[in-house]
Amino acid sequence: MSSRILNWFKFSSPASFYPLAGTIGKVSTLIAVGLLAVGLYMSFFVAPTDYKQGEGYRIIFIHVPAAWMSMFIYVVMAFWAAMGLVFRTRLSFMMARALAPTGALMTFIALWTGAFWGKPMWGTWWVWDARLTSELILFFLYVGYIALQGAIPDIRRGDRAGAILLLVGVVNIPIIYFSVKWWNTLHQGASVSIREGSSMSAIMLETMLIMTFAFWAYTIAVAMARVRLIILERERETRWVAELPEVKL
Amino acid sequence: MDAVKEFFHMGGYALYVWGSFGVTAALMVAEPLVLARQRKAMIRRLRRLIRLESEQSS
Repeated sequence: MSSRILNWFKFSSPASFYPLAGTIGKVSTLIAVGLLAVGLYMSFFVAPTDYKQGEGYRIIFIHVPAAWMSMFIYVVMAFWAAMGLVFRTRLSFMMARALAPTGALMTFIALWTGAFWGKPMWGTWWVWDARLTSELILFFLYVGYIALQGAIPDIRRGDRAGAILLLVGVVNIPIIYFSVKWWNTLHQGASVSIREGSSMSAIMLETMLIMTFAFWAYTIAVAMARVRLIILERERETRWVAELPEVKL
Repeated sequence: MDAVKEFFHMGGYALYVWGSFGVTAALMVAEPLVLARQRKAMIRRLRRLIRLESEQSS
């Protein structure tokens, strides 16, 4: 038992996580490419035309996965921030940092595709309603976190300040998720819920889930690439970095 | 040929569907490319650091 615990903490050291992150990144890349190919094919050629929204509804296959990822990545970052503050593990803060740009990207995609879906269906690119506004706030939280990290040159202080921002901002996540229930909004309610199941046709739901897993794998792949960069940056003066095969002269 | 045309027409929603999928694809291709470039730059920088150090010590 004790050796097992030791093993887990072994990977909280940047030196031993660096190669592991490389392997996870490679596997995730393969999964992401495969799932994206299948998901895109299903989005356009398998999923039928919607009886109400025609072909325009196909935006759902990227809009919903991106919106889910935007919230999920934030929660994962907040988790790593809490781990970092409690256990003082350097790698936890690096994970939070590595996820931030991808989280911002997913939030941007959710907002962008939402606008391109809202225009033909609601007649407007944007409304200041609860769902859209709270998602926009999420985007600002990501951007604020990234800017804060960039503004504090001291790494440890930056990590801690960023972690606190992440933990405070987590309150926004349930607001986004439940906004369609709590307020009257133009945005439709959840199409998929744990308690009530799905209101979509099976094939549409399957396509959306495949795209979600594809975005998930994509996120893991880019986050692993970025955490490797952050590790190299922070450990640049250590012996193990100098002896890496890709660095060695 | 008509089938292709019809596909890109998206039942009149071409701007919205392709505007969504296009931008998403561009971003999700750009991010890994940027990361790959950053990694190359980082490795170059590390090598410079090592060379500098070995020159100082000798």
